[in-house]
Amino acid sequence: MPEFLRANRREAIAVAVLLFLLTVYLSTHPRGMSTYVMTIWANQCLILALAAAAQFFAVIVRGIDLSVGAVMALTNTIASHVMGGEGISLLGGAALVLAAGVACGLLNGALVVFARIQPIVVTLATASIFVGLALILRPTPGGVINYDLADAMTLDVLGIPTALLITAAVIGLFWIPLRRTGLGLGLYAIGSSEQAAFQSGIQVPLVRMISFGLGGLFAGLAGLYFSFVTTTGDAGIAANFTLNSIAAVVLGGVALRGGVGSLIGAIAGAFILKTIGALMFFSGLPPLAQPFVEGLVLAAAIAIGGADVLRVRNRLEVFAR
Amino acid sequence: MSLAIARRLDLTTLLPFAATVLLILGGSLFFPQMLGIGYLSQQLQIAAFLGVIAMGATIVILLGHIDLSVPWVLGGAALISTTLAGTGDPLLTALAIPAALAFGGLIGLINAVGVALLRIPSMVWTLAVNSMLLGISVLYTGGFNPKGEASATMNWLATGKLAGIPVAFLLWMAVAVGLALMLHRTGFGRYLSAIGYNEKATFLSGVSTPSVLFAAFSIAGLCSALGGVLLAGYANQAYQSMGDPYLLPTIAAVVIGGTSILGGKGGLLGTVGGVFFITLLNSILSVMQMSDAWRSIIFGVLIITMLMVQTLRGREG
Repeated sequence: MPEFLRANRREAIAVAVLLFLLTVYLSTHPRGMSTYVMTIWANQCLILALAAAAQFFAVIVRGIDLSVGAVMALTNTIASHVMGGEGISLLGGAALVLAAGVACGLLNGALVVFARIQPIVVTLATASIFVGLALILRPTPGGVINYDLADAMTLDVLGIPTALLITAAVIGLFWIPLRRTGLGLGLYAIGSSEQAAFQSGIQVPLVRMISFGLGGLFAGLAGLYFSFVTTTGDAGIAANFTLNSIAAVVLGGVALRGGVGSLIGAIAGAFILKTIGALMFFSGLPPLAQPFVEGLVLAAAIAIGGADVLRVRNRLEVFAR
Repeated sequence: MSLAIARRLDLTTLLPFAATVLLILGGSLFFPQMLGIGYLSQQLQIAAFLGVIAMGATIVILLGHIDLSVPWVLGGAALISTTLAGTGDPLLTALAIPAALAFGGLIGLINAVGVALLRIPSMVWTLAVNSMLLGISVLYTGGFNPKGEASATMNWLATGKLAGIPVAFLLWMAVAVGLALMLHRTGFGRYLSAIGYNEKATFLSGVSTPSVLFAAFSIAGLCSALGGVLLAGYANQAYQSMGDPYLLPTIAAVVIGGTSILGGKGGLLGTVGGVFFITLLNSILSVMQMSDAWRSIIFGVLIITMLMVQTLRGREG
């Protein structure tokens, strides 16, 4: 067991911090621990967790995705047009929303892989396009999401918040199996060294495209889940989620240089970030001081992550990081 | 000297200038007034705000880093300068600009502490610094638009004219020439590109790489702060999130100008062209009364097109 912990210490630390914060949150919350409190908390966390998952698939192959929030805005506005109906049309609507997310991801991927432009610049430009499209679909916030479906996705099943069940499903049914496939290994290989991966026979362009496609899929899921929580479409949500998704993966121990970290860490990072925000809401801190404290906590958490540098024995090691 | 300049005037650098001329000529087919002196001089003035900030951003990107704290360094500098000038006290008014610039330089140093000493990726660290600055300003202003106004000097810098040329443009050119001399005539400039290519090799050659990072980030902070002072002088006030619309166009201007986002390659002249291109593009789209949505889409498509042209050219050469 200690071997397992040492191998996964980044995730272990993130999960431990999360459990500590959650305990503090539930014990300071005026209504204490109840399904209601947990559901509200889990819903907010899951939106960011899905955005962080999207960011993770860009970062793990040594990229970055500045269009996560924009894809969320676009898919959210699409959902507000196609998810208002009943029955079977909802299934088609959800498929359309997710397909749009995947298409956005593949467009990013094609520009990176085939046009060979750096991911940060590509996604900067495509984000502008996606937000524009979202604004055409919803110039002002509005639209409607089927309430029954939204309730089913954002309340609880037998006292367990649905959002937590979805999180567990993403990790247990998607990530852990994926990690064991050649594709999962390829993601890490490309992130660690693209050249070595290429020379080992990994189809770098293909794996990269799949990685961007998965990122788009998760950004689409985040936009879809955002629609369930807010039940409207809003084109103005982009900037906030992009920056927070980057902060979340970093807090979860995913290295921006690629090849290090896991989806579990990214999701834990998102939960940590949202729990800190929720904690502050009930902490009695003056509301005007909250953005500052939030920034301070973020900077401190990142600086602690950077404190590794104090342990290096050879100064040259820092340049390899 | 002339040979050195000629060598630097390669196609990559000229591309954004050529695209700008095309924009003007194309636009003048529909709006003949675009070729008038009045319109062009106004564009020079508006370009200067983005231009000053982009000069600093170029320096940091040449290193292979990025500065995402631009919005609130800009906003903070505007806030400080208008607050000091708004007191009406002659001494405090005179201190408005130096205090704002000192603030920018200081934040640059804080950015460098994280990046150079703690080795935190600049993208994350400067982002965290930006959100702390946002927090401080919310705490200070209470979330409202702050009181205060720009001093006469700030107004003159932003909107005045010297011999018919906007002062802001002259100031931008002065900053550009000063930094260009620094890049091409001092060791600092060489170390900058060298670190962008390979930081480890530069360190092993005996260069104190952290000092270079500190200098570069404080220059970027100074430039962002100067941009804030100019914008405050232009609007005659500071307002919440006035810097947000400047972050992405700044990065876009730098990369359109042919500077590699990975560092090591590029220069200030290309960025000047990139700034012209983006300013005119914005202006033409707003003259055409394009909706925000379409402006955003056209902006994104044109940036990708420019980058594809740059990259394809790079592969041939």
